[in-house]
Amino acid sequence: MDMINLKINGIAVSVPKGSTVLEAARVAGVEIPTLCFMKEKNEIGACRICVVEVNEGRGFRIVTACVYPVTEGMEVLTNTEKVQKARKTTLELILSTHDKKCLSCVRSTNCELQKLCLEYGVDEGAFAGFKPVYELDNSTPHLVRDNNKCILCRRCVAACQEQYVGVIGANYRGIDTSIGTPFEVGLSNVPCISCGQCTAVCPTGALVEKDDTDKIWEALNDPDKYVVVQTAPSIRATLGECFGMPVGTNVEGKMVSALRRLGFDKVFDTDFAADLTIVEEANELVERIKNGGVLPMVTSCSPGWVKFCEYYYPDMIDHLSSCKSPQQMAGAVIKTYYAEKAGIDPKKIVSVSVMPCTAKKFEIGREDQSAAGVPDVDIAITTRELSRMIMRAGLNFNALPDEEFDNPLGEDTGAAVIFGATGGVMEAALRTANDWLTGKDNTDIDFTALRGTAGLKQATVNIAGNDIKVAVASGAAAAKVVMDRMKAGNPDGWTFVEIMGCPGGCVNGGGQPIQPQFVRDTVDLKAVRAKALYDQDAAMAIRKSHESPVVKALYSEWYDGFGGHKAHHDLHTSYVARNKYGK
Amino acid sequence: MIRAHVLICGGTGCTSSGSLDIQAAFAENIEKAGLSEEVKVVQTGCFGLCALGPVVIVYPDGTFYSRVTTDDVKEIVEEHLLKGRIVERLVYNDTGDDNAEKANVNVSLNDTAFYKTQNRVVLRNCGVIDPEDIDEYIAMDGYAALGKVLTEMTPEDVIKCVTDSGLRGRGGGGFPTGRKWSLCAPNKAPQKYVVCNADEGDPGAFMDRSVLEGDPHCLIEAMTIAGYAIGATKGFVYVRAEYPIAVKRLQKAIDQAKEYGLLGKNIFDSGFDFDLEIRLGAGAFVCGEETALMTSIEGNRGEPRPRPPYPAVKGLYNSPTVENNVETFANIPQIILRGAEWFASMGTENSKGTKVFALGGNIEHTGLVEIPMGTTLREIIHEIGGGIPNGKKFKAAQTGGPSGGCIPADLIDTPVDYDNLTAIGCMMGSGGLIVMDEDSCMVDMAKFFLEFTVDESCGKCTPCRVGTKRLLELLDKITMGKGTIEDIDRLEELCNYIKQNSLCGLGQTAPNPVLATLKFFRDEYIAHVVDKKCPAGVCKDLVSFVIDQDKCIGCGMCARNCPADAITKTDYIAPGHKLPSYVIDAEKCVKCGVCMGNCKFKAIEKR
Repeated sequence: MDMINLKINGIAVSVPKGSTVLEAARVAGVEIPTLCFMKEKNEIGACRICVVEVNEGRGFRIVTACVYPVTEGMEVLTNTEKVQKARKTTLELILSTHDKKCLSCVRSTNCELQKLCLEYGVDEGAFAGFKPVYELDNSTPHLVRDNNKCILCRRCVAACQEQYVGVIGANYRGIDTSIGTPFEVGLSNVPCISCGQCTAVCPTGALVEKDDTDKIWEALNDPDKYVVVQTAPSIRATLGECFGMPVGTNVEGKMVSALRRLGFDKVFDTDFAADLTIVEEANELVERIKNGGVLPMVTSCSPGWVKFCEYYYPDMIDHLSSCKSPQQMAGAVIKTYYAEKAGIDPKKIVSVSVMPCTAKKFEIGREDQSAAGVPDVDIAITTRELSRMIMRAGLNFNALPDEEFDNPLGEDTGAAVIFGATGGVMEAALRTANDWLTGKDNTDIDFTALRGTAGLKQATVNIAGNDIKVAVASGAAAAKVVMDRMKAGNPDGWTFVEIMGCPGGCVNGGGQPIQPQFVRDTVDLKAVRAKALYDQDAAMAIRKSHESPVVKALYSEWYDGFGGHKAHHDLHTSYVARNKYGK
Repeated sequence: MIRAHVLICGGTGCTSSGSLDIQAAFAENIEKAGLSEEVKVVQTGCFGLCALGPVVIVYPDGTFYSRVTTDDVKEIVEEHLLKGRIVERLVYNDTGDDNAEKANVNVSLNDTAFYKTQNRVVLRNCGVIDPEDIDEYIAMDGYAALGKVLTEMTPEDVIKCVTDSGLRGRGGGGFPTGRKWSLCAPNKAPQKYVVCNADEGDPGAFMDRSVLEGDPHCLIEAMTIAGYAIGATKGFVYVRAEYPIAVKRLQKAIDQAKEYGLLGKNIFDSGFDFDLEIRLGAGAFVCGEETALMTSIEGNRGEPRPRPPYPAVKGLYNSPTVENNVETFANIPQIILRGAEWFASMGTENSKGTKVFALGGNIEHTGLVEIPMGTTLREIIHEIGGGIPNGKKFKAAQTGGPSGGCIPADLIDTPVDYDNLTAIGCMMGSGGLIVMDEDSCMVDMAKFFLEFTVDESCGKCTPCRVGTKRLLELLDKITMGKGTIEDIDRLEELCNYIKQNSLCGLGQTAPNPVLATLKFFRDEYIAHVVDKKCPAGVCKDLVSFVIDQDKCIGCGMCARNCPADAITKTDYIAPGHKLPSYVIDAEKCVKCGVCMGNCKFKAIEKR
C-alpha cells in the first residue's frame, strides 16, 4: 500500500494514500472535532468545525480535516490560535440560530454541539440577530422534528438517503435553509418508513423519538391497570451504553431488575414471541412451498422494512409473511392466553414494549393488530426512553442485581436472542426447519454464512438433502437490491428471504442508544452489539425455537396447531399497498 | 442582388426596448418600398452599446443609428435605403474628440470613442452576423479551427497551443485554461465531460449572454475542440433559464451543427464524436460555482462540494471534467486559427488576450466592451465609457460583482489585469464593472452586494449561511447610525473568518466588497459610526431633508408631491417672497428625495 508521510502538530505519521487529515490525526492521537461528517455517508464538509491549518509547501491555510486528503510532506496544525478561534466562531454562529433550551432538551449531556461549546468556551450570545422560527413536525407517531435545534449538518439527510428513502432534505436557502420534506408537507405525508435512523445520527435534539414514557408513568401509577412489559432481543445488548458501559455489554439481568423496580407488574421477554414467530413462519413457508404460494417468502418482523415494502414495492406485499412481528405476537399472547390464565380482563392490561426501533411506535397503531379486540401492544418505547425512565426513577443501573424474566412468558432460546442481529431470524428459522425436515435433533446449528454485518448475504443451505437458497438483507437500501432481484424474476432462486429495515438489524435500530459520531466512525456498533447476542446464544441450553417451553405450552394448551384457525387469527396480520405520493 | 444590409440588434437589451418591432417595421417598409430584392434585414447579437439601443446599422456604409423607434423606420427606409440620404438626426457619431466636425455623419462605427480602443476577439461576430444562421458563422471562418484541430492536430498539440497562448479562465478565478485541460486529459475514464458555465449571475454582468445570443456557434466549436483535447465525447452547457433568447439561439445552433455534421458522430470524418446538451439553471447564483453547477446538472440541489477532488479528476457524474465559462471558450477558435503567439501578443505579462466588461452604474455608455488586458481603468471609464454623467466626479469602480472589490479614484491608472486587481485586493471577476460617482456611499455599496450574497447563499456551510447574515446585520446597524467603532473591528474579523472558512468560492469571496471598502474608504465607515453621518447622503437613517426657509418661495410643489404628506405650510414669509414657506416634518418624512427633485429653487437640502 502506498503510504504518505506527514506531520500532525509536529508528530510524524505515515498513513495510507487517500487518507484524510482527520484520519491521519487519529493516528497521531489527535481527535479533531466534527459535526457534519459521517464516514462514507456524509462527507460534505459543511459545518466547518473540523478546520485545521495545513501547509503543502505554499504556506499555511485553513482546510476541513474531514475531507481533505493528506499529501506527502504536509504539515498539519490542529490547535493553533487561528484554528481554535475559527472553530469557536463557527460554534457561536451555529448557536445564534439554535434554540438554546438545553436544560430541558432530551439530548442534554448527550449532545455533540453542547460538548463542543463547552470545550471551546463559547459565548452563546456572541451573535444576536435574525433567527428563523420553525413549527415542530409532530405529524408521525414515531418522531419529532424540531428545526429550531437543527444545525444543518445533514446527517439525517444522509441517513435517510442511505436507507434509499430520502424523504428529507434541504429546503430554501441561505439563512432560511431548513431540513424538511418536499413541499413541507410533514413526515406523515411522505413515504417515511419510520426507521428512525435519522434520530440515531442527529448530533442535537432536532430529531428525537416521540417520547411515550409519560403514558407509562401514568399507567404505572394507576392502581386499576395491570402493566406488563416486554423487551426485544437486542435491548439487553445495548441498554448498558446509556449508563456508560462499553458497547456490546449484555445487561439482561440488570434490565429485568430495573423494569421490575420501575413498577411493572410483569416483565416478559419478547424472545418467547420470537420463537413463536419462527414456528409460525416456518409453517407458513412449508405451506407456501406445498401449495404453490408466493415465493420467495420474506420475513415481516421489522416494521420499518414492512412499511418500506408497502410504499416502495406495493405490488409485492404478497411476498411478506403474514406473521405478526414478535412484538405484536407477544402482545397478542399477553392479552389472550396470559390474560385468561392470570384471570385479568385484557382491557385492564397496559401492554408496554421496549424496542430498538421507532417504527414499532407506528406498528402498534396498524390495522389488524388486535387479537383480543384491543390493541395487542399499547405503548412502544425505545431503548433510549427506557434509559430515561430508569434515570428518572433514580435507579443506580450499574449496581442493580441481575434478575430473571417473569414466567411463563420470560423463557427464551438462543434462536430468539439472535433475532436482534441481521441474519438471526434466518438462522433461527433454519435451525427449526432443519430439525423438522430431517426429523433429527441436529447439533451443528451455527449458520455462520448468515452472520456478519454485510448489507446483503446469500447462502445455499442443505436441509434434508435439498439445497435451499436464502438471502438476508439489512438496511432499506439492501432491501431494495433484493426486491429488485425478486422483481426481475428471482434469478438467484431464493426461497426464503430475511429483511430488516435498519443496517445491521435491530442492534443498530433507530431507537438504540445514541453514540457520538466519532464512536460511530471508529467502532463497528453493528458487529460489537451483535456479538453480545451471539455469545449469549452460544451459552444457552435451548437454542432452537421449537424447543421453547413457552412455544410448546402454547400449542398444547392454547392453539389448535401451527397455523391453525386460532393461531392464524391471533398471530397473523395483513398489509396495505401504500401510495408514495399520497392519495 | 442585395446591395444593403440592415443589421438590427437582437440582444436582450435591444429586444426589451423593442427591436423586434423595429425589425418587423423594416421588413414591412422595405417591402412597401419595393426593396425586398435589394435590402436584407438581419437580426444580430449585441453590439455592445446597450445604453443607445435599439441599435440599427446599415451596411455597406456602416451608418450607426441609435435609439431607433418604430416611427423612425419609415424615414430610414425612404431616405437612406431608397434615396441614399442618411437620417442624420439618428446617427451616433461621438468620436470622443471634441474638436471633430460634429456634422460629419459618416463616422464609421469603429472610429467612435466607444469602439476605437476596443479589440473584439470574443465579441468579433457579435453584432456582425446572424447568430441563427450557421452559414454566416462559417463565412467568418467558423468551424475552421475545429477542422484544423481534428485533421491536423493531436490532442496534445491543442492543449499546448492553448497553454502557450496564456489564456486564463474568464469566469473569475483566472486559472490557466491550458493547465486545466492538461490536468484532465491524462485521467482515464469511460466517459469524460466538457461543461460550459453559462450561469452568469453577477448583478449587471451580461458578457456571456451576449456571446450566446450573438455567436452561439463559437461556443459549440470551442467545446468540441476542448472535448477532442481532453478525450471527452459529451458536453453540457449550463445556462440560466433567465436567458431565453440565448437558450433558443444556442439550441438552434446545436441543431444546425448536428445537421451539418459538425456535432455528433465522426466529425470531419476524423472518427471523433462529440455531443452537446443544454441544461437550464433556475437562476441560483451559487450554481456558477463549478462543483455546484455540476451537482445541479446531475439533478440535485445546486450546492458546492468540497474540493479536492477537483473536477479534472472527479467532476460531473464523478467523471473527469473540464469546465470553462463562455468567454473563455469563445477565445479558443481564434487561438487555434491565429496561433498562440498572436493571442499572447495581446495583454500583459501574465494576463494575455482581451477581457469583456459589462459597464454599468454612473457612466455614459452603459454596455459591453472588449479591451486588451492591461488597459487602464481611466481609458475604460473616460474614453470608452464616455465618462461620468452630469459632470460628477469618479469615486470608485466595482469589479467582480458580489465577489469583488473596488478600485478607488486614486488607482484609476491601474492597468486592468488579473495580477494588478488581485494586488489591490480586488478581483477581475467575470467582468462586471460598476462605476460609482461622488454621490455613492461605499458602506451602502458593500451592503448592496452583501444583501445579494446573503440571499444567494446556498445554506450548506455555516460561515456563509449564518456568517454573511450576521455581517449584513452589522452593516445594517452601521448604516442606521447605531454602530460603534468596535463594530468595525468585528466586521473585519468576521469578514476574514468567512473568507478563510467557507466551503466554496461564493462564501470565500462574499466579504470582499466589505473588505475592499474598509481598506479604501474606512473613513466613511468611521463617519457612519462616530459622526453618525453618511458623507454621500445615501443612508436614509443618517440623512434628513430640510427646507431653507429663506430660499423657499412657497410654491408648494414639494408638498403636493410628497408621498408621505410630511410637508406643511408655515406662517413665515421670507423677505422678498410673497407666500409662506414650507417645512418638512422629520417624523413623517420617508426620505425619498422627491421634494428635492421637485424644488426648482434649490431650497431643499439633504443634511
